[in-house]
Amino acid sequence: MSMDLTVKQLRDGLDSREFSAREITQSYLDRIEKIDGQLESYITVTGEKALAAADKAQQRIDAGESAPLTGIPMAIKDNICTEGVLTTCASRMLENFVPPYNATVMDRLEAQDTVLLGKVSMDEFAMGGSTQTSAFKKTKNPFDLTRVPGGSSGGSAAAVSADLCGAALGSDTGGSIRQPASFCGVTGLKPTYGRVSRYGLVAFASSFDQIGPIARSAEDCGIILNAIAGYDYHDGTASKLPVEDYTAKLGMDMKGKKIAYVSEFFGEGVDDEVRNSVLAAIDSYKAMGAQVVECSMPSLKYAIAAYYLIASAEASSNLARYDGIKYGHRSEVEGSYNDLVIASRSEGFGDEVKRRILLGNYALSSGYYDAYYGKAMGLRQRIREEYAGIFEKCDLIITPTAPSVAYGINENIHDPRKMYQADFCTVTVNIASLPAISTTCGYNADGMPIGMSIVGNMWKEADIIGAADAFEKTFVRRSAAL
Amino acid sequence: MISDYIPVIGLEIHCELSTNSKVFCTCSAEFGGDRNTRCCPVCCGMPGTLPIINQTAVEYAVRAGYALNCGINKFSVFDRKNYFYPDLPKAYQISELNFPIVLAGEVPIEYEENGEKKKKSIRINHIHLEEDAGKLVHDDLNGVSLCDYNRCGVPLIEIVTEPDMRSPEEARKLVETIALQLQYAGVSDCKMEEGSIRADVNVSLMRKDATEFGTRAEIKNVNSLKSIYRTIEYEIKRQAQILDRGGEVVQETRRFDANKGETKAMRSKEDAHDYKYFPDPDILQVNFTDEDLERIKASLPEMPAQRRERYLSMGIPEKEAMVIVNDKVISDFFEDCMKVYNNPKSLVNFINGEIMRRINLGEIDKDAPKYTAAQVAHLVEMSETDKVSKNDAKTIFREMAEKGGDPEEIAKREGMIIVVDTTRVHEVIDAVFAANPGPVEQYKNGDKKVFGFIMGLCNKELRGSATPKVVKEELEKRLAAL
Repeated sequence: MSMDLTVKQLRDGLDSREFSAREITQSYLDRIEKIDGQLESYITVTGEKALAAADKAQQRIDAGESAPLTGIPMAIKDNICTEGVLTTCASRMLENFVPPYNATVMDRLEAQDTVLLGKVSMDEFAMGGSTQTSAFKKTKNPFDLTRVPGGSSGGSAAAVSADLCGAALGSDTGGSIRQPASFCGVTGLKPTYGRVSRYGLVAFASSFDQIGPIARSAEDCGIILNAIAGYDYHDGTASKLPVEDYTAKLGMDMKGKKIAYVSEFFGEGVDDEVRNSVLAAIDSYKAMGAQVVECSMPSLKYAIAAYYLIASAEASSNLARYDGIKYGHRSEVEGSYNDLVIASRSEGFGDEVKRRILLGNYALSSGYYDAYYGKAMGLRQRIREEYAGIFEKCDLIITPTAPSVAYGINENIHDPRKMYQADFCTVTVNIASLPAISTTCGYNADGMPIGMSIVGNMWKEADIIGAADAFEKTFVRRSAAL
Repeated sequence: MISDYIPVIGLEIHCELSTNSKVFCTCSAEFGGDRNTRCCPVCCGMPGTLPIINQTAVEYAVRAGYALNCGINKFSVFDRKNYFYPDLPKAYQISELNFPIVLAGEVPIEYEENGEKKKKSIRINHIHLEEDAGKLVHDDLNGVSLCDYNRCGVPLIEIVTEPDMRSPEEARKLVETIALQLQYAGVSDCKMEEGSIRADVNVSLMRKDATEFGTRAEIKNVNSLKSIYRTIEYEIKRQAQILDRGGEVVQETRRFDANKGETKAMRSKEDAHDYKYFPDPDILQVNFTDEDLERIKASLPEMPAQRRERYLSMGIPEKEAMVIVNDKVISDFFEDCMKVYNNPKSLVNFINGEIMRRINLGEIDKDAPKYTAAQVAHLVEMSETDKVSKNDAKTIFREMAEKGGDPEEIAKREGMIIVVDTTRVHEVIDAVFAANPGPVEQYKNGDKKVFGFIMGLCNKELRGSATPKVVKEELEKRLAAL
C-alpha cells in the first residue's frame, strides 16, 4: 500500500472501502516499527489504542456517517495533552506525566473519530528549532538523516514527511510549525492567535503559542483546521469570531491579488538558493495574475530581540510550576523545600530550557523590566503596526520560511545566537498574531526542500490556504529519501 | 516615650469574595471540604491548563468598590506575581498591579476614644482582585508538610489604604467598617475565624514635629480584629523603644505571634521578593461600559447608613438601631421578623434584649439558630397582645433557642395562654374585697399605695384567665365605684 497519501486521499480510500481504518492504521504502525528507529520521530506509539480507535471509526464509516477526519491516523506533538497518554514535552521534567484531561483540540479530533497513532518528538518544551533539545528522541530529517528536521515540531514534520502518519498537529510559538514543515518538505499552518484553543497545550510563551496542522498539502491543513478551530470556553484568549470553511478558497484565483514583497526578509543571512527559490515562486504567482507590491518592515531587525525577550519572560513564569511537588520529575535530594525545587529543576530541565528561564527572569527583574520586557512590548506594537500598514495595501505577504535549508545535526546547537537569529523569518508573524502557512517551493542542489511562507491578515486562514493550494497545484513535490 | 511619636498606620486588607465558584475555574469556592476535593487541573496548575475569569467575582469586586465609595477602573489588567511556594501550584499568583479593578476612594469611620466620639475618613488607594493560595498542613509527627489546594483560586480582594490611621483603635474600626460594608454589599461574609478577612499591617512612627513619615515595618497576615489591634500596639511600643534609644527602625517584614503578643522579623528589605510582575497573557483585559457599571451599582443592596436612617424613621432609638445595623445577621433577622409582625420597637427590644443576651452568652449560634424569624415575630406578637405574659415569653423563647419549636404550641403545652374571662375577674375582685376589708377601707380613705397589694392578690388568683392590664382596669373601676 502506498503510504504517501494526503488526508483527502485517505478519506476517499476509506469511504470507498479501498482500505479499512484498521488496515491503514496498521500500515502506519508497521512503517513506524520499520523506520522510526532511524528517524526517531515518535516518543510514544499508542498502537493498541490506535487500532481500537480505528475500529470505532470504521463503524462510523460503515454507517455512512464519517466526518472529514474519521479514521485518519494522526501524530500529535508531545506538548498537547492527551488524556491517559504520556505527554512529556520531550523533557525529563515530564518524563512520566500522564494528563488526566485532553487538550481541547484532542476532544475535537476525537469527536470526529480521528485515530491517534502516538506522540511525536519536539524540542524540549518547544524551545528550539532542531528537535535536538529533545530529552528523548532527537528526530532526523527524512530527506537526509544527517540533518535536523527543524523544530520545535520536528517530530510532527518528519513523521508526515516520512509517511509515518496521515497528518500531524504541531504548535508554533516563533515558527515551530512552519520551519520544520519547510525543512521536511511538507505544509504547515500557524493559525491566527486565538483561532485554535490553547487549552491543554503545555505553555511555552502564552501570547505566541498556537496549535496548527502539519500535513502533505494546504488542503489537508484546511481540513484539519476546520476540525480544530473555534471558540472554546476553556481558553480566555480563544476568539468568539465564527469559523469559516477553510477549504472554501482552494485553488484560489490569483488574478488581481496583491502580494507584498518585503525586502528585509530577503536580505543578508538568507541563502542564495533559498532566496532564488522563493522569488521564483513569487514569479509563478505573478504568472497566475497576481501583482507584486514592494513593501518594507523597518523593525524586522529588532524582531529577534523582542521575540526572545517576551517569549522567554513568559516561559520563565509558565515553567515555574515544575517544582517537583505536584507532578513531574522530583529529585531524590534531601533537604528544604528550596533544595528540593532547585534540585528537581536542575535535573529535570535541559540546557536550552534553563537558558531561556534565566533570560526571561532577567528580563522581568526589577530594574531591568523597562529596558527589556517593556521595550520589547513596545516593539511588538510597532511590528503589529507595520504589518497593518502592509495589509492596507496587500492581500498576502510571501517570505522565505527559513534563511536556509535543514542544516546538519549539531551544526548550530552550540551557538544559541546563531540559532535564534535563524528565526527572523517566522517570529514576526507570532509577534503580530497573524496566520501563516509554509509550503515547499523548491529544492536546493543537495535536494533539500526549501519553504516559503504565505502570511495573511488576521483571520484570513482561508485565503492563505487557498493561495498555497494554488501554488501546490503547479508544483511537483519530491518524496523524502527515507 | 510613646507620647513623643505619632503612629502612622496603613492596612492591606485581604477579603475573600463569597462567590459560589473560584475566580479562574468552576470549582466550589466554599470554605472547608475534605483536603484536595475542591480542586481541578486548572486551580492545581496542571500543564496546559488555562484560567477563565469568573464574571461574578469581577462584579463582586466592583460592588465592593462601590460599597467603599471608590472609583471603578473601566479597564483593568491581570498580572502574574511570580514566586515559589508549595501552596502556590502555578508558582505565580494572578493579581493586579498597575491597572486594578477599583480606584481610590474614602471610607468614613466613627469611633470612641477616651470617651469622646470621633469621626474620620480613611482614604483607600485602590482595591485589586486576585486569587488565594492553598494551605500547608504540617505533619510534625512524620516531619512532612502536605498541600491542600482547596483554597487555591478562591477570589480575594485586597483593599489597600493610605497611611491615614493614627491609632490601633482607628485601624480596628476601619476593618470593622469595611467588613460591615462588604457584608451588606453581599460580596463577602468577612468571617475572621475562617480567614475570609485578614490584613497586612504597616506601622511607622514619626516625631510630633516631623514632616516626613518614619521607616515602616510590615506585619503580614494578621487574622483577627483583636490581633490587628494588638499588633499595632506592640509595634508602636517596639519602635518607640528603638527610637528613644536613638536607633533606627529597620524596614522589614514581620509576623505577629498571637500567643506571645509580639511581632518577629521575617525578612529584611534586602531579602524582599522580586515578584517579576508582568501582564498575564492568558487573560484578556477586563473592560466595563457605563451601562455595565450602572447595572452593578444598581444591584447594590441597602447599605448600613441607609438602613440606619430607615430604622430611625421607624422610631427606633439611635442606640438600639445601631446595635442592630452593626450586625448584618441580626439586622437581616430583624427585617425578616418585620415581615411577619410590623412592630419595630417591640421586636428591637426583644432582639436587643433577650436574643442578644443569649447570643453573647454563647447559648445561640446566630448563624444557625434553632428558631425562625417568623417564630420569634409571632412570640413577640403574643407577648405584646397579652396572649402570654412577658415573663412567660422569655421562658418560651428559652425553649425555642435550646430545642426549637413553635411558640404557640409551647405556650399551650405549658398552659401559658391567657384567656380573659371578665366574669371571673369580677368574682375574684369581689372575693378579695370580702377577704380583705382592711386594705379596701385604707384605699377608700385615700391611701392609694395599697392598690398594688390588692392587685397582687387578684393577679395571684387570676393567673391564666386575665392579663394584669385587664385586672388593673377592672380593679380601678371597682375601687372608684366604692
